[in-house]
Amino acid sequence: MLELDAEAIYRQLAQRAREHYVTKQLRLVGVHTGGVWLAERLKRELNVEAPVGILDVSFYRDDFDRSGLKSALRPSQISFEVAGSHILLVDDVLNTGRTVRAAINELFDYGRPARIDLAVLIDRGGRELPVAATLIGATIELPPTVSAVLTRDDDDRLHLTMETRGDE
Amino acid sequence: MKIAILNGRVIDPASNFDQAAGVFIDEGCIAAIGRAPEQFRADTTLDAAGLAIAPGLVDLCARLREPGHEGALKVEMKAALAGGVTSVVCPPDTDPPLDEPGLVRMLRQRSRESAGARTYPLGALTAGLKGEALAALKTLAEAGCVAFMQTRSLPHDNSVLLQAMRYAKTFELPIWLRPVEDTLAGRGVAGAGAMASRLGLPAVPVVAETVALHTIFELQRATGAQVHICRLSSSEGIALVRQAKREGRPVTADVGIHHVHLVDVDIGYFDPNFRLDPPLRGTRDRDAIVAGLADGTIDIICSDHSPIGEDDKLLPFGEAEPGATALETLLPLTLKWASENKVPLPQALARITSGPAGILSKGSAKGRLTVGAKADLVVFSALESWVVGADTLVSSGKNTPFNGYELQGRVRYTLVGGEVRYQAD
Amino acid sequence: MSSHSANPQLNSEGELHHLLSIDGLPRGVIERILSTADSFINVAEREVKNVPLLRGKSVFNLFFENSTRTRTTFEIAARRLSADVFNLDIVRSSAAKGESLLDTINNLTAMQADAFVVRHATSGAPYLIARHTSRHAPHIHVINAGDGQHAHPTQGLLDAYTIRHYKKDFSNLTVAIVGDILHSRVARSDIHALTTLGVPEVRAVGPLTLLPTGLEQMGVRVCTKLDDGVRGADVIIMLRLQSERMRGTLLPSAAEYFANYGLTAKRLALAKPDAIVMHPGPMNRGVEIDSHVADGTASVILTQVTFGIAVRMAVLSIVSSSASMQ
Repeated sequence: MLELDAEAIYRQLAQRAREHYVTKQLRLVGVHTGGVWLAERLKRELNVEAPVGILDVSFYRDDFDRSGLKSALRPSQISFEVAGSHILLVDDVLNTGRTVRAAINELFDYGRPARIDLAVLIDRGGRELPVAATLIGATIELPPTVSAVLTRDDDDRLHLTMETRGDE
Repeated sequence: MKIAILNGRVIDPASNFDQAAGVFIDEGCIAAIGRAPEQFRADTTLDAAGLAIAPGLVDLCARLREPGHEGALKVEMKAALAGGVTSVVCPPDTDPPLDEPGLVRMLRQRSRESAGARTYPLGALTAGLKGEALAALKTLAEAGCVAFMQTRSLPHDNSVLLQAMRYAKTFELPIWLRPVEDTLAGRGVAGAGAMASRLGLPAVPVVAETVALHTIFELQRATGAQVHICRLSSSEGIALVRQAKREGRPVTADVGIHHVHLVDVDIGYFDPNFRLDPPLRGTRDRDAIVAGLADGTIDIICSDHSPIGEDDKLLPFGEAEPGATALETLLPLTLKWASENKVPLPQALARITSGPAGILSKGSAKGRLTVGAKADLVVFSALESWVVGADTLVSSGKNTPFNGYELQGRVRYTLVGGEVRYQAD
Repeated sequence: MSSHSANPQLNSEGELHHLLSIDGLPRGVIERILSTADSFINVAEREVKNVPLLRGKSVFNLFFENSTRTRTTFEIAARRLSADVFNLDIVRSSAAKGESLLDTINNLTAMQADAFVVRHATSGAPYLIARHTSRHAPHIHVINAGDGQHAHPTQGLLDAYTIRHYKKDFSNLTVAIVGDILHSRVARSDIHALTTLGVPEVRAVGPLTLLPTGLEQMGVRVCTKLDDGVRGADVIIMLRLQSERMRGTLLPSAAEYFANYGLTAKRLALAKPDAIVMHPGPMNRGVEIDSHVADGTASVILTQVTFGIAVRMAVLSIVSSSASMQ
């Protein structure tokens, strides 16, 4: 089990975000769960007023027929007006692009945003859809046999671990 | 035709005979039990090693579905023989009901032609079984009816039952009754209790049986009629019959074989194969049935055979037709009851041989192995097991709660009047 | 001995494949349905109230017994999941017996159905259907929308959801269910849901003619006086009294029923001060419940309807995500 220095990668992401965004009208939306942790941190970094929106994309995934509903559902919650807003969508790992596709579809069911940008902690390649991130903490090509998982410990520190898939 | 049945265990409940012996048949009758008669040369010898030889079973209730379903009688007769049953009593709830002497004669004729079991029709107690006007009991008796019955419940009107008992008593004709008070039974489909409540099934309260029994006993006290009580189901009902017998009332009673084993909880997830009439009741009631069989309160076990097609069974529980196919499971289920309750085999077999035969006619030779009497016999293995299912059942009805179950007890040969009418493959 | 020892609602992985009755469902399954419903409440508050979860799936409403209310809420729930909904009102007429139940099912199966929502007047009918489809078309999910007097599981679930919403913790509640318990599938489903979720005191209240036997075995305390039943209660569920019961052998009149078992403000005052009043609907004002109470602050009857849609969306989602029955 290999671990990457998630905190260091986050600092890079935060730095790029600060350089990229000046507007306070930015709205942050995190994809549950890792994306939400990152979005909450970025809210503080960027001094964003509105509360972070939470998306659980389970109802929009394209693999329902194969995998069903995952057991721990959390309600999606967006308390600001999506229509006309400039949204920064935040997720932990960008891989095939399917989760982002589902998140964008879900956002559109809340309203029509003016613009959506994407921030990810790591881009691990393996795209199956034409999706690209606006802000990336680090780019690390990983083979399909390896999964990258973001966790947060009791001291609120982030950890990014690589595990070989098929160890189930 | 001389037949020798050798090496078997001969059981005759009526005479308490239970030992290894040969049975020798000549001209349709039992010529000897034990050693062969002088100069007896068998045309056919049946090897009964490891098998039991008993009187052919006498089933006090089996529906052959004729009149009603063309061709059904032949199939159900085969089922009877496969079950070791050599005498069948048919209830009058045929279509049309057996309230016309012509129908009775036709039924007996068809039975004779089928070369199956002997048939004893029950006549309808009231015209059309409607419970209103008397049927022509005497004429029906002359046509061959052995007794008269109301098949679902007591007549709605007590005065009808009172007059029927008086009329039947005039000619010394027995009356068989289902102890069910129909206004209390209502549209119930399951025995009242926690299970019926849980399943949301309309219930038949116990008082439907006990009130009916009280009515029967009171009217019998007033008229002196001979009464047989059909299909007891509740412990309270059995207690009433026990009490009546203690007082010396001339009543006899039977129970359906399924109620000896099953309880309401077995309905499980609304399995319509467990929809029976009377409905299955609780453990207490089933235990009372077993105790009633042990102390003689319940004289008889019958199959209550009701072959029902898929169209009428594969329906929501309350809509399904009640009843189970049972001619072929009567023997193994009786053996199962005997072994589970440590009832000696001859005593158990009495409940389906000499006992029922005695109800049909006192002093009857049926239901017993008597030298000189007609040879109605069953030769069976008490240990051989088989799986109950559509492919092993001969009856057109495959509706049994024991579907898929492995039961012990299989018939090898069934003889009626000294003729081998059934032989297992 | 019973021929069906395996719970016909669960597949071999223990996933919920059919919803036939709350009786026999593991607590975890019920809790999952309730927490999934939370997500669908939020969906209903958005502008676009649909999610694409069941897009391309066909849900057939098979109502053998009339009910516009229940059918409509199932239709709304299925449409909000983007499923295609087909309504079949097969009210059986005694004159024309027509097709057998299983023939109807076979025909619908051939029409590529994914789920049947079934309401039937005879207890156990959905089990017959589920047993049949599990054998011949194992991908189909059967959802019981009410069978005879036996069960109305989605109502039991939405009632549990409503109680959870207002009271949070099941483990210290007293719930009174009042009315014609004998004929009520809602009562039975509520009892199973609440006892499985750990409600310590469930009371059934009614005259002896309207109480079935064996309630104690279901974990219920029986009260024949309304005052005893509602005293100290946190939740009061009033059941509808059907008009055909009101004059006959079970009850003499609506007036006498209301006088003894109708929920008035005075009787409600015997319950806890923050007690909630529920009713599966439709209400008979002035028979089982006083109008003032029905419209009062303790009444949560209208929210039950909202919650009912979310709970039915949760049920449809969860059963649809289970693997096949075989």
